[in-house]
Amino acid sequence: MNILYDEQLDGPLPKVDKHALLTAMQARIPDLEILHRQEDLKPYECDGLSAYRTTPMLVVLPRRVEQVQALLKLCHERHVPVVARGAGTGLSGGALPLESGVLLVMARFNQILHIDPDARIARLQPGVRNLAISQAAAPFGLYYAPDPSSQIACSIGGNVAENAGGVHCLKYGLTVHNLLQLEILTMEGERLTLGSEALDSPGLDLLALFTGSEGLLGVITEVAVKLLPRPQVARVLLASFDSVDKAGRAVAEIIGAGIIPGGLEMMDNLAIRAAEDFIHAGYPVDAEAILLCELDGVEADVHDDCERVREVLQRAGAIEVRQAQDEAERLRFWAGRKNAFPAVGRLAPDYYCMDGTIPRRALPEVLQRIASLGAEHGLRVANVFHAGDGNMHPLILFDANQPGELERAETLGGKILELCVQVGGSITGEHGVGREKINQMCAQFNSDELNLFRAVKAAFDPEGLLNPGKNIPTLHRCAEFGAMHIHGGQLPFPELERF
Amino acid sequence: MTGDRDASDRLLEQVNHARANATPLRIQGSNSKAFLGQEVAGEVLDTREHRGIVHYDPTELVITARAGTPLRELLAALDAAGQQLPCEPPAFGEDATVGGMIASGLSGPRRPWAGSVRDFVLGTRMISGHGALLRFGGEVMKNVAGYDLSRLLAGSFGCLGVITEVSLKVLPKPRHGLSIRLEMNSAEALGKLAEWGRQPLPISAACHDGNCLHLRLEGGEGSVSAARQRFGGEVIDNQYWSDLNEHRLAFFDEGQPLWRLSLPNHIGPLNLPGTQLIDWAGAQRWLKTDANTVQALAHEVGGHATCYSHGVTGTPFQPLAPALLRYHRQLKAQLDPLGLFNPGRMYPEF
Repeated sequence: MNILYDEQLDGPLPKVDKHALLTAMQARIPDLEILHRQEDLKPYECDGLSAYRTTPMLVVLPRRVEQVQALLKLCHERHVPVVARGAGTGLSGGALPLESGVLLVMARFNQILHIDPDARIARLQPGVRNLAISQAAAPFGLYYAPDPSSQIACSIGGNVAENAGGVHCLKYGLTVHNLLQLEILTMEGERLTLGSEALDSPGLDLLALFTGSEGLLGVITEVAVKLLPRPQVARVLLASFDSVDKAGRAVAEIIGAGIIPGGLEMMDNLAIRAAEDFIHAGYPVDAEAILLCELDGVEADVHDDCERVREVLQRAGAIEVRQAQDEAERLRFWAGRKNAFPAVGRLAPDYYCMDGTIPRRALPEVLQRIASLGAEHGLRVANVFHAGDGNMHPLILFDANQPGELERAETLGGKILELCVQVGGSITGEHGVGREKINQMCAQFNSDELNLFRAVKAAFDPEGLLNPGKNIPTLHRCAEFGAMHIHGGQLPFPELERF
Repeated sequence: MTGDRDASDRLLEQVNHARANATPLRIQGSNSKAFLGQEVAGEVLDTREHRGIVHYDPTELVITARAGTPLRELLAALDAAGQQLPCEPPAFGEDATVGGMIASGLSGPRRPWAGSVRDFVLGTRMISGHGALLRFGGEVMKNVAGYDLSRLLAGSFGCLGVITEVSLKVLPKPRHGLSIRLEMNSAEALGKLAEWGRQPLPISAACHDGNCLHLRLEGGEGSVSAARQRFGGEVIDNQYWSDLNEHRLAFFDEGQPLWRLSLPNHIGPLNLPGTQLIDWAGAQRWLKTDANTVQALAHEVGGHATCYSHGVTGTPFQPLAPALLRYHRQLKAQLDPLGLFNPGRMYPEF
């Protein structure tokens, strides 16, 4: 099924006269930088999910909040859809533009406004890069905990919109757990402050609601985040296993022993070999699975926990357990994991990264079924897994130049996500629904639940002008999608008419 | 446990009955937090027959329980497996329920270091104003599919729907813990806490009572004993923290109205009318006073105040800015179009 905006399935979009809009914009906001020529618009046709591309009608690059406010008011008056975008590193097509919409690029809001070491707060414009926050906080012994793999490039506004995670979520939480305050503009151009520098605020928790709302409820114009003291030490253990099963059990036993590692990552054989080939991290290429277990905190505690984890790993049947001997080796162990995506990318012309989450106990079953689904579709799948928090990243290898392979990869990806839902998990742990998983939303939620999501949207943007077509599917789309995906003889949405 | 049962059908039936007759509902568990917010005129919807722990697998770090489950039962199950709810929600009553804990969203002394009740919510089941039993979130740590309705429900005081079930992230208890008392004034204590906050220290609670700073240290044996040596002071019973959490300290005895101020943690000493107790390393302050200016004072320094004594003020929760209030009303109107659930409990406008 075509994943680009389809008015038949996703609802009609307002008709927008590009020339009239451009003229009105130039008149109303004379100092706003606007791109409108085809060749200038081209670079903005996709985000990090580059398989899907749409050239936006106009791209605007504001530098001041007043410009954003005036733009939103204008678009609201004229019924023009608006898609907000940060650094454009998102992996679910959340910032995929619309042909009849304005792409609002927030990347020029790239100033760190204030770091307050006593309050342990950083006040940021939304275009500040994730890693830049920790770099600016480092002189005070502080850092910002969420660390998505794209942290070098991704911006904090996008992190909030997607509720970004990273490899340290089990211990340090997601973006939502590390936020204090947001300044936002609604589609009507109304400024709202959500949260505060205090730990809670009066009224409903709209800060939590907006985090991960994928740009459908408002545009983020400022973010205040919590900073944490940097752990005194971090040590990493690398354990290899002759079966994925044993590695999975070892994870449960580490947690069962009352230890919460800072990071706990698993890779399967294909991912191990790809990473080793690329980075030379010193990974055992014959292992069926490896676990990377990082323990951080105060020296004495970390030392004791390392010993405990080593025992647990050995008892769980690890073939080998190695502890990084120095900081250089620790970083090398991590480099293999952090570069797993590009490393796997070297095995095939293209790869498609999935983002399902599962209860950890379902891991052996899910990996087995992914392997057999891969075989059925004639595609290889490498598995990288945030084992601590149950977030899987199966990487489907394919070649888009081979006719039909992209479609096969998409179908396989969809089936993997539905499998995650079946075992009690979710279609997305940290990359977001965006446009990519819009169909699988129909597998995770029923029509009443989707209707409640639409009610939330209507409270903030009744005309549906902010990022239409993302995150929440129409019931019409679900009915169509349901017709194509029948599970166990049961149609999802049996109550709906088929189209 | 005996008495465990799934009564969600009956709760749904009552909501649908209320929908048909447009009768507002007053949602309650044991009423242990009835003193918070305004009184609600409506037919009582009691969640307590819908009770019991549905799933608990300690190695998954997730527990799922029905709304009417007594909080103590949930805590006992965690305790037996060496785990805890790190946000240590106060019960304010023997029979407090899990649903009430989520709806009120109150967190205990560990909150600045471990997170709030909302931070530990992974998923919920709820009955909406459209008369449907819905599920959001789930039993996994990471889940960004759709809007985060589950965390929105935490602290919503039942105004958006009936919470029927919740899944919570839980964590192992710390290996070691001890509490100490250090004699110092509040200005010095707040200065020290700001300094310590920038260091990786195992502090998990910090309260100043006017004369002494009370600290709880939790972590591995090494970090706790090193911190103990560094801080000195006198060891006190860990019981202090539950007495603080449940308002059993002498400070909370009857008398003047009690207010809770939630403030930025870097405000420093504040000259407030009445007597105060500083918790959360400065971010939460309890105030006993007859003054009616508490919310204005809190607002001035970037925070807010809630009245914990029933019937003292018409706005027990800090009033919202007009634009924010408008979106609150719109959200309420969308999720609960008939205005059935706890109308006026938080604010007269919804």
